[in-house]
Amino acid sequence: MNPPILILHATGSNRDREAAWACELAGGAPEIVHVNQLAAGERRLQDYRMVVLPGGFSYGDDLGAGKLWAVALRHRLGDGLAAFVAAGRPVLGICNGFQALVKAGLLPALADEKMTQQATLTRNDSARFECRWVWLEPQTGSPCIFTQGLTEPIYCPVAHGEGKFVARDETMLAAIEAQGLAALRYVGRPGTAAEATAPSGAGYPWNPNGSQNDIAGICNPAGTVFGLMPHPEDHVIPQQHPQVHRGERGLLGLPLFVNGVRYAAQVG
Amino acid sequence: MIYCVEVSIKPGLPDARRLGLLGQVEALGVMGVQSVAVTDLYFLSGDPAAGAPSGLDADGVQRLVAELLHDPVVEQVMWRPLTAIEQAEPRPGVWSVEVTLLPGVTDSVAESLLAGAAMIGVHGLRQAATGRRYTLAGALDADQVERIARGLLANEVIQRYHVNALAAPPFVETVQRETGGVMGDAAVEVIALRGVDDAGLLAISRERRLSLDLAEMQAIQGYCRAEGRDPTDVELEMLAQTWSEHCVHKTFKAVIEYSGPAAEPPHTVHRLPFTVHRPPSTIPIDGLLKTYIRAATERAAKPWVRSAFVDNAGIVAFDEQFDLAFKVETHNHPSALEPFGGANTGVGGVVRDVIGVSARPIANTDILFFGPADLPWERLPAGVLHPRRIADGVVAGIEDYGNKMGIPTVNGALFTDESYTANPLVFCGCLGILPHGAHRTDPQPGDLAVVIGGRTGRDGLRGATFSSMEMDHQTGAIAGSAVQIGHPIHEKQVLEAVLLARDEGLYSAITDCGAGGLSSAIGEMGSELGALVHLERAPLKYPGLRPWEIWLSEAQERMVLAVPPDNWPRFQAICAGLDVEATALGEFTGDGRLRILYGAQLVGDIDVHFLHDGIPRRRLRAEWSPPPLPIAHSPFTVHQLTDALLSLLGQPETRTKEPIVRQYDHEVQGGTLVKPFHGAANAGSSDAAVLAPLDALRRPATGAIRRGVALAVGANPFYTALDPYCMAWAAVDEALRNVVAVGADPDQVSLLDNFSWGNPNLPDRLGSLVRCVQGCYDAAVAFGAPFISGKDSLNNEYTGADGQKHAIPGTLVVSALAIVPDIDRTVTMDLKQGGDWLYIVGLTRGELGGSSLARRFGAAGWGSAPQPPADALDLYRALHGAIASGLVRACHDCSEGGLAVAAAEMALAGGLGLELRLAAVPRSADADHDAAIAFCESLGRLLVEVRPSASDKFEALLAGHPLARIGRVRADDRIIIAGLDEQPVIETNLVAVEQAWRSP
Repeated sequence: MNPPILILHATGSNRDREAAWACELAGGAPEIVHVNQLAAGERRLQDYRMVVLPGGFSYGDDLGAGKLWAVALRHRLGDGLAAFVAAGRPVLGICNGFQALVKAGLLPALADEKMTQQATLTRNDSARFECRWVWLEPQTGSPCIFTQGLTEPIYCPVAHGEGKFVARDETMLAAIEAQGLAALRYVGRPGTAAEATAPSGAGYPWNPNGSQNDIAGICNPAGTVFGLMPHPEDHVIPQQHPQVHRGERGLLGLPLFVNGVRYAAQVG
Repeated sequence: MIYCVEVSIKPGLPDARRLGLLGQVEALGVMGVQSVAVTDLYFLSGDPAAGAPSGLDADGVQRLVAELLHDPVVEQVMWRPLTAIEQAEPRPGVWSVEVTLLPGVTDSVAESLLAGAAMIGVHGLRQAATGRRYTLAGALDADQVERIARGLLANEVIQRYHVNALAAPPFVETVQRETGGVMGDAAVEVIALRGVDDAGLLAISRERRLSLDLAEMQAIQGYCRAEGRDPTDVELEMLAQTWSEHCVHKTFKAVIEYSGPAAEPPHTVHRLPFTVHRPPSTIPIDGLLKTYIRAATERAAKPWVRSAFVDNAGIVAFDEQFDLAFKVETHNHPSALEPFGGANTGVGGVVRDVIGVSARPIANTDILFFGPADLPWERLPAGVLHPRRIADGVVAGIEDYGNKMGIPTVNGALFTDESYTANPLVFCGCLGILPHGAHRTDPQPGDLAVVIGGRTGRDGLRGATFSSMEMDHQTGAIAGSAVQIGHPIHEKQVLEAVLLARDEGLYSAITDCGAGGLSSAIGEMGSELGALVHLERAPLKYPGLRPWEIWLSEAQERMVLAVPPDNWPRFQAICAGLDVEATALGEFTGDGRLRILYGAQLVGDIDVHFLHDGIPRRRLRAEWSPPPLPIAHSPFTVHQLTDALLSLLGQPETRTKEPIVRQYDHEVQGGTLVKPFHGAANAGSSDAAVLAPLDALRRPATGAIRRGVALAVGANPFYTALDPYCMAWAAVDEALRNVVAVGADPDQVSLLDNFSWGNPNLPDRLGSLVRCVQGCYDAAVAFGAPFISGKDSLNNEYTGADGQKHAIPGTLVVSALAIVPDIDRTVTMDLKQGGDWLYIVGLTRGELGGSSLARRFGAAGWGSAPQPPADALDLYRALHGAIASGLVRACHDCSEGGLAVAAAEMALAGGLGLELRLAAVPRSADADHDAAIAFCESLGRLLVEVRPSASDKFEALLAGHPLARIGRVRADDRIIIAGLDEQPVIETNLVAVEQAWRSP
């Protein structure tokens, strides 16, 4: 049976429908549910095997990207999401959803500091919203269940103004790296000189926002909660590839969803 | 107690906002600023109306600060009671500028802060406001700081600023002003209209800024005499709004006496159905809309047109299951005064038009006309914002609304000319999708008149009449209330609520609440039935609005629906679940009267038939005569054609728009297949966008070929001065060939026409418009492409403080929506492979008039504007056949800068060089020199890349049309164009071309 997947809609979410489509193509049974429906008890988190927090501008990002959604996760869903995570069920946050998970303290959620903000996603170095396609390299040895077994990069768009990953301090960044939590990194175009990441990193525009260590996405130590700024849900069929007219195919974002859905089907 | 919270980036961390500001300060021409620091300000208040004790204590503020108001990783924060803050002694070389919104201006951050406070359980917070402090350091004097504050940091139409002084939170003033506001009987004024003479009528129109002429005022007077009483302000304002140019398009419906030459365009002799509307010297025109625009649609008689010129947007069939809705609007006047808010609400408005036909928006477009970014300050008319500031604000406003609503902005254009300095033009388009038959338009007596979405405030009052006036240098000060700030998240939630209600069949009619507010929305929906409205039920942003203000307010993000009473509970539940406010204001009655109550008081009672049909038809005079004959053959002396090419690539119309377009999310919804950028490095600008709507993609796969929809625009206002007729043809043809270039079927194209013109009461302005509309008709008929929607924005004239009139060139934007039969058969414009052959299709003529080349090199008399092409439709059909057969690897239309610029764009997009022979180009006799062949802008031409192995088939499909193989793609980076003598006249390479194209 296709595992039921909750696509969490906050007021202002807007990439929920594509996320649902990606989950569908990956073999899941997605349902878009508003935070209000959970808060009112019309739907229950525990009835779903996986939660996706999609992209958008929750509450207008008015007090910082994902900030009010993080507040809503903590204050309106009670322990619901924490319990869902503790049960080992997978959670995926994309773009605004990633921002909310980080600001709610659900990512990276290192050590004993549960629900404490340990990192942030702040204004792009360009000080602008930018929409462009980027390449993402999976970290080998990461515990992330969404990137398990991925051997080739993912190619997909970013579309954000506040996507620069910054850890709280050097110790936190070192811990993220030591535990392999930086599951996806921005890299230059595969097969070109730009791919060979220099010590200084991929550089702009490959790293579109100035993220530390080219970090595009991170997971929690268990690998079950994962968030990323780019939009793998916008590259799930070959026709979406910007160079499809030049004969290029592949590097889809779909495998992340396939992994998540497969894991969701197995976990209790 | 009022608290002030100050948030800034921690010392030592980079603040991305600072750098951008420094650049903008320099662009203002103020040198010497060494640094700019930005501090976000939040003002928090407990319950000031009750005075002390405040409902908000220090613990509450501390929680708000800790949990909502800063990012602990990168920001520092401090807070204190406002009374505890003393203005620091001015330090030499350091200035502070504090900026806050004017009272009543939408402050969405403050709204979200209130919502967040409720979420975390801080219930004592009653009011919130935001502001910003800029700290400037450097060798500056007070005048320079003022200039930075006015020119960059604050717009006094919506904000105020304080130099080296503390800002007061705007909510304080709001409350004081509103305390004890006028209510009750005194809130409604009766205007003594019946007894006054004509001069008196005109005085009333002028003093109340009704924008009604004498005949219209007389009609109202006659109605009032028949009704036996004078009108209330509610009624008079409603009539002015309903009868405004913006809402009723009286110019396009007017009877026009037109004098012009018997136009028989020189080249248009081939099989074009020109005879019908070719004017004799003077003809009466029974309405431009009816005679030309609608007539073209009727003549095309396409069965797939579902709705044209009836609903808020035009509707055509997409496939057997879905329809598409398309609308383009202008928001020119508001964008001139407050560029961010004007463009922001322009997008919001056109998106509401699409929601108003029960469709989900799936793509936005934007077509912009600005003054030059580098306009010297001394050339700026008094009271006008600098073009650079207008451009920055407009782009930010479009970005904000489209991105936040999750609608990809996929196509557009940018034109720059000094004539747009005082009257910038902002065209915003929106495409939507809906299940066939899902849009209901039959309100019933007894249905509730429901308003949903944002609250009603004083914002946007008289926007409809304001947009129908000419502006002067005081307009900004007087009409500030016509400008608004949008709230895209409200509209996003309204959209979701409407679509859920649509799918459950809960409403019988829907319309957007735009210009004219509730007056327009309920008035139109009840135009047959009549309605009874209780104004006091309207949810307000703040107290103190008078009834006519509630009725006319153009507060954003509202929709009006007719909901049968049985569906009302379910409808309310849907809205509540999505955080959308819904209010039943009254009901539709069926008695043909629009009755408006405020409490127990009847403040308006008007016959809907008079309201909608009582406007006297205008009779206008129009004349057009061609400009003095241009020199047929230019004394063209630009011999350095390579330099000319590089120079044209750097012109605003041609150079890369990447710095703008990357700020728009063009990928959201996952359906953007032909994107704004393609090519080896994703940098080439596409001719058109192709979308695969997610609703269609998500259908269970049947293995069938999947359809897409292409969007493109055509415009070239620089031809207007030569001949508006040819300009219209150029716009229609450009829109057509753009969609054909990406793989759309030329027999399934729908068109939208948007006119921005000057004052139609001046015969020369109107004559030029008439001639343009005639061109629209002939072109649409020739292409068999129906117009399905359109809009006109007139009176784009500006009288400066110098008393001089600044008018725009008559500007037509044609938008095309076209079906792409197979999303696996689309084409992009980047060259694909060295060794492929390059063909040009279409005939090249020596038409340099109004061209990029002529404009760049300053010669006006370089021949005629491009003339209507012969047989273009057949040519496009043949080309489409080749594309549909998979024979075309790259295709690009020749527009600004002609063949040479098109070739260079294809090369740099593909990262491949090319070589061309001008001698091989099919051309008419007057195209007799290299510059004309390389740079003329003749219509109906495209440059096509074809594999050598496919060339036989390609040539066979194009047989009988002007076609020639004129060169090939090179494997290296060289661009070589040989002249008529077969010697290179243009020689350059990709590096030089790209540098020119990216030049600032």
